[in-house]
Amino acid sequence: MADDVILKVRDLYRTYDIKGGMFKKASTLTAVKGVNLDVERGTTLAVVGESGCGKSTLARMLTMIDAQTSGMIEIDGLSIDISKTGISKEMRQKVQIVFQNPYGSLNPRQKIGHVLEEPLLLNTDMPSAERRDLALQMLEKVGLQPEHYGRYPHMFSGGQRQRIAIARAIMMKPKLLVLDEPVSALDLSVQAQILNLLADLQEEMGLTYVFISHDLSVVRYIADKVMVMYFGEVVEYGTRDEVFENPQHDYTKTLFAATPRADVASIRKRLAAKAA
Amino acid sequence: MSLLEIRNLKVEFDTAKGPFKALDGVDYTVDAGEVLAIVGESGSGKSVAMLATMGLLPNTATITADKMEFEGLDLRTLSAKERRRVIGKDISMIFQEPIASLNPCFTVGFQLSETLKTHMGMKGRQARDRVVEILTSVGIPNPAERLSAFPHQMSGGQCQRVMIAMAISCAPKLLIADEPTTALDVTIQKQILDLLVQLQQDSGMGLIMITHDMGVVAETADRVIVQYKGRKMEEADVLSLFENPKNPYTRALLSALPENATGKRLPTVSDFAEAGGF
Repeated sequence: MADDVILKVRDLYRTYDIKGGMFKKASTLTAVKGVNLDVERGTTLAVVGESGCGKSTLARMLTMIDAQTSGMIEIDGLSIDISKTGISKEMRQKVQIVFQNPYGSLNPRQKIGHVLEEPLLLNTDMPSAERRDLALQMLEKVGLQPEHYGRYPHMFSGGQRQRIAIARAIMMKPKLLVLDEPVSALDLSVQAQILNLLADLQEEMGLTYVFISHDLSVVRYIADKVMVMYFGEVVEYGTRDEVFENPQHDYTKTLFAATPRADVASIRKRLAAKAA
Repeated sequence: MSLLEIRNLKVEFDTAKGPFKALDGVDYTVDAGEVLAIVGESGSGKSVAMLATMGLLPNTATITADKMEFEGLDLRTLSAKERRRVIGKDISMIFQEPIASLNPCFTVGFQLSETLKTHMGMKGRQARDRVVEILTSVGIPNPAERLSAFPHQMSGGQCQRVMIAMAISCAPKLLIADEPTTALDVTIQKQILDLLVQLQQDSGMGLIMITHDMGVVAETADRVIVQYKGRKMEEADVLSLFENPKNPYTRALLSALPENATGKRLPTVSDFAEAGGF
């Protein structure tokens, strides 16, 4: 694995203004408070935290959906601050996102082939025959069939739709892929298939992942580095083994303690405690 | 005698493409004071089985069973009126989406006292006091003040506590929890599971836990039924299921857990389906 840093974030803040009303004063909410992180090429950073901790806000800033209030984001040597410079096609090619809900993130009236071709249509001037070839190749790469090209999203299962969403995200050959809870809505066995697919793609295309999840068992399986967020702040940041073997912050410890354990020793212990 | 005994339950749905078999001959028994987990993926029929028991399936469903008894009461032949006397009182249910299961137009206190008024014949002050008492037992802070709160003013975890409060308000003999923690954060999940198990142990009621999460099974169940595509794959006590799964599908499910991963790749159920032939 190469040592170069592909994603560099320094002192990142995002605040939202909450409008006042007749009975309420205007206030500001700081969703992300001073995040620093480095992700090396070809590795996976997992971001963990409960709802409202700012992990999705972070994802929105990394994928240029939302502008940061202050701080620096650098993706593959390209500084990003869309509130000042806007988004160029070059920037869009660097980073893509896969959302949690595969039912909501595909347009029901768009054929799968067109779903896959759209990023190319918007960002490149590739001729349509070439786009079609690429889309067909991509379908195969994510484990779907060429005949799926002309079908609509409702004809697919949740796991297949997530494959389509992943295929769309990597059509532009991005350097960085942000995965916002990509397997949370899926069944256990389908989750395993998607995690395998992500691992294969990472190896094949040298992709870097920012993997947002609340499921610690998935994180432990997939991550190289782990970042734990709590109320907008990073409370724990380190390699997977550091964080899992020796958590420092109280919140991380609470999180680990709350994760259900499915090993035989824990079940024995619980049954013994119950019998007593 | 078991609390709930169901033999050979079959559920079919009429669809435009002909009948669809959601459940194909499954037996369930639950004793008082027992926690039964029904585990399976979507489409395994785990929810359908319990909705059939509760009589909550739509008209398109055809339910047949050789036996379907709750404390000796035949659930198959109940009229709607007779069923209403049992459902919500002796058998109650908690659903996955706590915020969607509460009525947004009424206060929490009103919705809770409704059950007590219908089933226990309580009125005014008496019902109100009982509601405060139950809300305290499910760990809602300042219960007396929260009575006038609307569901949208509470968090998901608190709404689920309210749902649990509603379900246990008439001291049911059997509580069915359908994915009670799927929509919640891990730390809140832990609190809700602990609460359910605590209430179950204190009251000695039977608890059926429907879930797809093996972690939840390991943390709560006494006995486990594993379902796949409307059929029962395996039934065992929780320890032997995890220690020594007999059925290939159960083995597949357990090995698909990321924490059990040994190599770089996770085994998937389809890997096992070819070898196991289910």
